[in-house]
Amino acid sequence: MTAPPAIELSSIAKSFGAVRAVRGVSLRIESGTIAGIIGENGAGKSTLMSILFGLYHADGGEIHIGGVPVRMESPHDAIAHGIGMVHQHFMLIDSFTVLENLVLGVEGGFLLSDGMARTRAEVERLSGEYGLSVNLDARVSDLSVGEQQRVEILKVLLRGARILILDEPSAVLTPQETDRLFLVLAALRERGVTVILITHKLREIMAATDRVFVMRQGELVAERRTAETDPHELAELMVGRKVRLQIDKTPTHAGSVMLRAEHLRLVDGRGVPLLDDVDLELRAGEIVAIAGVAGNGQTELLQVLAGMRAPTSGSLTICERTFDAHRPGDPAGRRAIGLAHVPEDRLRQGLVAPFQAAETSILGYQDEPRFNPRYFLDRPAIARHCRDLMERFDVRPRLPRLRSSQFSGGNQQKLVLAREMAQEPRVLLVGQPTRGVDIGAIEFIHRELVKARDRGCAVLVVSVELDEVLSLADRVLVMFGGKIVGEVEPAGTDERRLGLMMAGASE
Amino acid sequence: MKLARGPLPRWAEILLLPLINIALAFLVVGIIVRIIGVDPFHALDRLVLGAVGSPESIGYTLYYATNFIFTGLAVAVAFHGGLFNIGGEGQAYIGGLGCGLAILALDRYLPGWLMAPIAIAAAALFGAAWAAVPAWLQAWRGSHIVITTIMFNFVASALMVYLLVNVLIAPGSMTPQSRNFEPSGELPALPGSALNLSILLALACCVLMWLFLWHTRWGYALRAMGHNPEAAHYAGTDLKRMTLLGMCLSGALAGFVGVNELMGVHHRIVLDFPAGYGFAGIAVALMGRNHPVGVVLAALLFGALQQGGAELAFDEPRITREMVVVIQGLVILFSGALEHLPRPWLAVLLPRRG
Repeated sequence: MTAPPAIELSSIAKSFGAVRAVRGVSLRIESGTIAGIIGENGAGKSTLMSILFGLYHADGGEIHIGGVPVRMESPHDAIAHGIGMVHQHFMLIDSFTVLENLVLGVEGGFLLSDGMARTRAEVERLSGEYGLSVNLDARVSDLSVGEQQRVEILKVLLRGARILILDEPSAVLTPQETDRLFLVLAALRERGVTVILITHKLREIMAATDRVFVMRQGELVAERRTAETDPHELAELMVGRKVRLQIDKTPTHAGSVMLRAEHLRLVDGRGVPLLDDVDLELRAGEIVAIAGVAGNGQTELLQVLAGMRAPTSGSLTICERTFDAHRPGDPAGRRAIGLAHVPEDRLRQGLVAPFQAAETSILGYQDEPRFNPRYFLDRPAIARHCRDLMERFDVRPRLPRLRSSQFSGGNQQKLVLAREMAQEPRVLLVGQPTRGVDIGAIEFIHRELVKARDRGCAVLVVSVELDEVLSLADRVLVMFGGKIVGEVEPAGTDERRLGLMMAGASE
Repeated sequence: MKLARGPLPRWAEILLLPLINIALAFLVVGIIVRIIGVDPFHALDRLVLGAVGSPESIGYTLYYATNFIFTGLAVAVAFHGGLFNIGGEGQAYIGGLGCGLAILALDRYLPGWLMAPIAIAAAALFGAAWAAVPAWLQAWRGSHIVITTIMFNFVASALMVYLLVNVLIAPGSMTPQSRNFEPSGELPALPGSALNLSILLALACCVLMWLFLWHTRWGYALRAMGHNPEAAHYAGTDLKRMTLLGMCLSGALAGFVGVNELMGVHHRIVLDFPAGYGFAGIAVALMGRNHPVGVVLAALLFGALQQGGAELAFDEPRITREMVVVIQGLVILFSGALEHLPRPWLAVLLPRRG
């Protein structure tokens, strides 16, 4: 215990208006360890890391890096102190090669070739040391997501980072790619690099970290050695009460077919097939989940099913109505026949940020007579409708006139979910049901989905969370490269097998 | 990253920021006027008296404001749909053509109470049609509406010159203008000024636009499209038809400038009557925060500047007509392009509570 800790934060506080995002957090992270930070949405973990990385300025408290007090005015300072951050969304230029991306910002000198040569040598040393192999001359757009992430990590290391912050690094990875990432992190630790992992996946905390810090409502509520804790305890600490990670549900009584897709194909402008001969059947009273790594056609499948995009060929029967390339229908028509759609990217597609919550609560249903008694919108009725949704789905604060953008992320999500699920649809499409919502709400959303199923609704869930897919679904379909590559029974399927299918490896 | 770009309190956003912007503009104007060698306070005095000093000047201020309300609303309604309509000028011109043609065709047969609504409808129809073409080109063919509406201003201008020189010119006349309208084709005006009944039409348009945008499902869908087209598409809105609707409304509003100018003042079709009102509408809408009430307030300011500026140029030979344009330009610059200039300072001074 002679070496000073890599990072020491004391009494860090940060408020946004009346919201105290971070309240006097103090923590020490020893050099050469992997620390995990977990917490629900809005627990303050991202804010805390943004303060450490110089994106926000703390209202109070001190930061010591390697025992030396520092002031973080901007990310520039953080980089100068050897801190690097890998964001959830990659900051790479797709049309550049890996090397060009790595050189960006550290070109040095007048001629680009000097910087390129220097960087190439440097990267080769680093990649040998840490097992971060990538083809330097490949275009970024040709790389897999896992490889792109390795480029991001290399970028940070090249700038001399000794402390690496990773924000939800596994959100876009297959389980195999995640394992590989953890190997890299372990190699970094061997060489004395300190890693901070922000995640909400308990499994990853258990697999990768040495120490875990739990945040709740802006405070650090617990610190554990990973070896001495378990997922149940961590979940409880995060939420502040007991949480059931399992979903109680009775066996399904699947009824008639509500949605059938036959030979569905979707080809984009460049001729790349996004959906390739997809066949799909969804019955009343069952939950079918589509598992897959993000970007393998799930998004497009949802869009086609919901009428937002016309298929190139193939046909689609929803509630006895048939649609095809010539008569693709539209989202309004789908709603009219009893289909509700919770889009994957709720913040982008599901709500209009400057709209009042009440206005958002009728998005897609604005033409219905109950909101339009005659020519004008019945604003009081809309406000009542919104308040009702807020009560049932516990959206806070319960202010229908507040702008949608002023709700926290999790509450925005809940508002959209509430709007669609409250319609009691016959077919419910849900993209990433629990993306961006906290553990407490996940439990609730899962229960509601099962309730909808038990009511006889046909539920299609697209999710990249394997835990969720396996615990929620009655049947699981796996998508890879725009195709449905297999169907598995959730009971008795382990994540490894599913992971291999998701990665396109044949069984 | 040093200065917080947080939101300001609502009252500061709506009232204080525009006022500071105007004050800054006048400060710069004052400096320029000083350099020319005129006492800025004297100039300000002349400007204000010229705008509101007598019933006639108030009448002229309101008459100019009427045009600004129409074009300001036109820009605002399109903007709520995420459409940047730069073509107000051309739409006003063609709207006036529609109004004038209707009157030239019917004024000898119809009484005024019947002629006026028909002429107004014709102005709206022609203005809307002129906006519909760029809207169609954007929605169905992907040409950008900013580019096409600008080009359509020139097309409108050329078309009007052709029509007035070759087709509509009054027989025996040397100037390119149509014959005078019969009395049934004129709107009652205040004696001694250009203020006419169009201002009531302008105020009615404000109320209707407010109702449309915030109290009908079409306005709802238009605003959804403006803020987030993807969400509007998800909500079942046909974005192409909504683009067409938004632009047609915008064009119709701009077309009403023709009513104020031709039916209210000139009483014949003349060249170049839109005189920049279409472009100024962009500044009016920006300054009025795209809200009908804001548009009215901004239009009053612009009307006062127009009228007061004319009086000032008349009174003070060193301040030429061009100087007045500079003054207007500075107000537009500060309240439009530099709108956010004082925002960070205000955000520091007025930390948002809650």
